[in-house]
Amino acid sequence: MTALAAPSERSGAATGRRPGVWAVYRWELVKLRYQKRTYLGLGASILAPLLLVLAINLRSGAGHGDAFAFSNYLTRSGLVVPLVILLFGAIWMFPLIVALVAGDIFASEDHNGTLKTVLTRSLERHQIFAGKMLVAATYAVFAILLGGTVGVIAGSLQSGFNSLQSLSGTIVSAPRGLELVYASLVVYLIPTAAIVSIGLMLSTLTRNSAAAVVGTLMISLLIQLIGILPGMSGAQPYLLSTQFNAWQGLLRTPTDWVPIIRALWVSALYGVPALIVALLVFLRRDVAGG
Amino acid sequence: MSAPPIEVRGLVKRYGALTAVDGVQLTVEAGDVYGYLGPNGAGKTTSLRMMLGLIRPTEGTVRLFGRDPNATVAALAGVAGFVEAPAFYPYLSARRNLELMAAFDGDSAPTRIDLALDTVELASRASDRVGGFSHGMRQRLGIAAALLRSPKLLLLDEPATGLDPAGMRDMRLLIRRLADEGMTVLLSSHLLAEVEELCNRVAVLRRGRIVYEGTIAELARGAGTRYRLASTDDARALGICVARPGIAEVGYEHGHIVFSADEQAVAELSRALIEADVLIRELAPQTVTLEDLFFSLTEGDGFVAERAEAAAAVPGAS
Repeated sequence: MTALAAPSERSGAATGRRPGVWAVYRWELVKLRYQKRTYLGLGASILAPLLLVLAINLRSGAGHGDAFAFSNYLTRSGLVVPLVILLFGAIWMFPLIVALVAGDIFASEDHNGTLKTVLTRSLERHQIFAGKMLVAATYAVFAILLGGTVGVIAGSLQSGFNSLQSLSGTIVSAPRGLELVYASLVVYLIPTAAIVSIGLMLSTLTRNSAAAVVGTLMISLLIQLIGILPGMSGAQPYLLSTQFNAWQGLLRTPTDWVPIIRALWVSALYGVPALIVALLVFLRRDVAGG
Repeated sequence: MSAPPIEVRGLVKRYGALTAVDGVQLTVEAGDVYGYLGPNGAGKTTSLRMMLGLIRPTEGTVRLFGRDPNATVAALAGVAGFVEAPAFYPYLSARRNLELMAAFDGDSAPTRIDLALDTVELASRASDRVGGFSHGMRQRLGIAAALLRSPKLLLLDEPATGLDPAGMRDMRLLIRRLADEGMTVLLSSHLLAEVEELCNRVAVLRRGRIVYEGTIAELARGAGTRYRLASTDDARALGICVARPGIAEVGYEHGHIVFSADEQAVAELSRALIEADVLIRELAPQTVTLEDLFFSLTEGDGFVAERAEAAAAVPGAS
């Protein structure tokens, strides 16, 4: 064995240089690059719009013309493809994709036993929490924007980069339609952030990756189920699942801001308590296993 | 006067009705290689977790160089180590893992990582994923990760457990060398040979309590000298031994009466045996090993029963 590092070359821990949230964020991103689940989620984001476009292509090519549901919308402009993905993706696809990372990000540290390793370096627990939370949010943003962008490109190749018919029946130009698509993706991120928070909460509470991922999806589905129960229509505006449709307010003329503003505070009602629970559990827990 | 590397006072950890650590007090001075001994479940790892701020004590305090590791991670400046097996991200290479650790210490000097890998003889496997590493390689990588912090105090939990004989020897040599360089080491272990070879002081833990704290030499002196006795009538001799003042820890092992006593008590016992017409066939001091001391300290409750069983096993005893 060779000599240890020279005393003059002291580590950051020894010299008092303190790392911060950025160090956690950067390395959590590096870790994501090496994990299969990262690519499963992103692959689903890419695949969903491609499958939709393929289905449109097959139906059109088979001579069905306008015979299938919404075919008029879907074949008129490729910009409709990402919006359809947003509409149906809210049921389980996007909650599952974001839960793959949010539900795993703390629980996997328990699984690998690495929590004790990182907690004995030079970072406070709240810094580790903040870094991980930001990475889970970044992944969610990336997955949704990726899905939307693939939808725009694939849809435009299939049906053309054409003007879009708004939900009020008016026609908006293709460039303006593109703006609305990306604005819709941004609005979609509001309830998605609440799902991320629920995933983080379950990740810290269960310390089990599979339980946290599936649990997040189950909660999302349960909320949707409540919405379709008889006599629950009054609760509909306050369900998290409803907020996934808030982007539709952008496609009305004039823009309907009511569902978007409601999405902000209703999503906060779900997301903020979940995030607080996750933070408190992480700050206070005894690391007796991982 | 600077604060000692480790100062633990009245440390208690309870999990419901179970008291895992019960009023531990210890002080590790600068330059010590301090053995923290105890059987499995004695509370060693729980104590170490509290010392590293991973779990909060139910009662009591831990101070590392005078700072509280449960208040802020800054208290761990100059401190490194691991509890149980060191853990790494299996999908990252050894170097990537160390880079992550260094970044989490606010340091990214690649030369330090190279030196640390070199020190633990893992330089040639630096690019391999840790998921494919053997237990011994992970242990060594754990030491490398600890060394990145340029620690003044190293806390190691069973560092040689699971290693092959060559790996254990290398680990001992490494710890010895680090200690020679001036590092204070707290070494939790149940490998008594390792502790005897490396440590200048020990604490022995039993059911969460420290039952001995001091040097191994003091421990051996305190235990008195063990003697082995064979006589023409072991049953009567055993009765005499048990009744004599100054004769302690009497037992019967492998056809011999064994006991602890000082020289004066042994001389008086010899006379008492002769007066009772019990002739001595053999009376010799036994070398007390750390293992003997360890078991006498950590299995105290079993001793009375063992003695009773020993008496029953004596030929001719009714």
